[in-house]
Amino acid sequence: MNTYEHSVFLDREKCNGCTTCLRHCPTEAIRIRDNHAVINEQRCIDCGECIRICPSKAKKAAYSKLDVLNNFKWCIALPAPAIYAQFDNLDEVERVNDGLLKIGFDDVFEVAAAAELVSAYTRMYLKTEGVKKPVISSACPVVMRLITLRFPSLKDNILQMLPPIEIAAMLARQKAEREHPEFKSDEIGVIFISPCPGKVSYVKNGFGDYKSRVDAVVSISDTYFKLVNEMKPTDLVENSTNFGKIGISWAKSGGECAALLNEDYLAADGIENVNRILDQIEDGNIPKLEFIELNACIGGCVGGVMTVQNPFIAKAKLQSLRKYLPVSQNTVTDGPYIPEDYFLSSFPTYKPISRLSDSMAESMRMMADIQKLREQLPGIDCGSCGAPTCRAFAEDVVRKTANINDCIIMMRDVVKEYLDTKEESNDD
Amino acid sequence: MSEVLNFRFLVDGEDFTSAGQASVKVKKNLRQLGISPETIRRVSIAMYEGEINMVIHARGGVADVNVAEDYVEIVLADKGPGIKDINQAMQEGFSTAPDSVRSLGFGAGMGLPNMKRYTDYMDIQSTVGEGTTITMRVNIE
Repeated sequence: MNTYEHSVFLDREKCNGCTTCLRHCPTEAIRIRDNHAVINEQRCIDCGECIRICPSKAKKAAYSKLDVLNNFKWCIALPAPAIYAQFDNLDEVERVNDGLLKIGFDDVFEVAAAAELVSAYTRMYLKTEGVKKPVISSACPVVMRLITLRFPSLKDNILQMLPPIEIAAMLARQKAEREHPEFKSDEIGVIFISPCPGKVSYVKNGFGDYKSRVDAVVSISDTYFKLVNEMKPTDLVENSTNFGKIGISWAKSGGECAALLNEDYLAADGIENVNRILDQIEDGNIPKLEFIELNACIGGCVGGVMTVQNPFIAKAKLQSLRKYLPVSQNTVTDGPYIPEDYFLSSFPTYKPISRLSDSMAESMRMMADIQKLREQLPGIDCGSCGAPTCRAFAEDVVRKTANINDCIIMMRDVVKEYLDTKEESNDD
Repeated sequence: MSEVLNFRFLVDGEDFTSAGQASVKVKKNLRQLGISPETIRRVSIAMYEGEINMVIHARGGVADVNVAEDYVEIVLADKGPGIKDINQAMQEGFSTAPDSVRSLGFGAGMGLPNMKRYTDYMDIQSTVGEGTTITMRVNIE
């Protein structure tokens, strides 16, 4: 049974079966069938690499349009920290909050503010006795899904705390219910403004038994185009923001680490690099570290496919925005304990999705067949058969989801042989 | 006794940066066989340590991974200098790694002890001047 709801999908009309996405998918979740890409839903981690790479723009992310605001009487915007890095001439971060109110939101709760709380509690968490090191960040939903699918042995290394988006959603709702008792619970909408499809999937599916507290997800890019029309540099800024350098830096790779005020950390970004680091942690092949921050997108959240700005330019913009911000505006005051509702309460059960068969003996027979078949295949990973590599193709053939005749390189030899014999018989 | 699956990897002794690649490949295969994450972790740590040892001390060698229904066996064979005193080599902290390797963070003298710790069976056959063969087994529950 597969009930995971994805946000990355294919626009079949636009796809011409070119194999580009096939070769860039980090989990080998794509095959080309009948000249169109097909996504294996069990393997897809919604990283968005195929959206980034598709030359026909046939891969898309599913998220709510801004008219979702009409579904609620009181709409709270939860802007991701990456939003501040999108604008060309943004002098004060406060203007973004102002703009969000102008385009129809009733209140703003910055995820950057919640991130500062998570940073403060992470510093406490790292000092707690018995915590398994290195602690791996729980912030990137794509990394979390990759760990559940492929690196379940690292489960106990994950920071047992909800990501900033969920803390923000919880606090935003509490605030709205406190300040506006006139609204019923379902009349309040907590709306996340997201840089990536990974977060959309996280909100749709939750994590294990945990249900997300976000009600809808819109994209940074849609919001950006609405905002730029409303944000006039001449307007007086009435709003103030509730975060500092620490919170805004969560938008880029290394930002979460820097907030730990500790030197023993590592930050890796880009899904391939993340994969490699996870492999090395699993093998015990890393130096002694306290904390590991992993972001599926290059550059961190500013590299998400639902943003508008080039991630490197976005990073440069963050630096200038950071300059006049206080270090942090959110310190932990309520004692030496992490509040219970900040904890990650459950973890998805491990499903060995890549196993060949339920029976070990049968799996071994199939693996032996795959090895044999691999030796016959050309080994050039051309993708023409519809599988990303010859190894994956051999696996598909043994699993009976592909036919050996789909290998055009092998077919070429067959055809050549046939033509040669035909020629010989003509010569006679 | 049913069939045993074999995966063979040539461990390149010239390229230090490639050390550890075989254990990554083994992991993928073991996952497909439906072996538990904990068993896979133990195999990959033991295999990784063994690979590094072959690169540091023996300029590479051959790693065979044999999978049977109830165990995973790792056989690491090299034609390196051999181990003079196996009991001494098994002690935590004992290392003959050169300084150049230590500066990279290796050579802490934990390789062989770790291999023993993470496996259910370990045997070392070594002749000075000829080479070393290490056989390890991790049982599949």
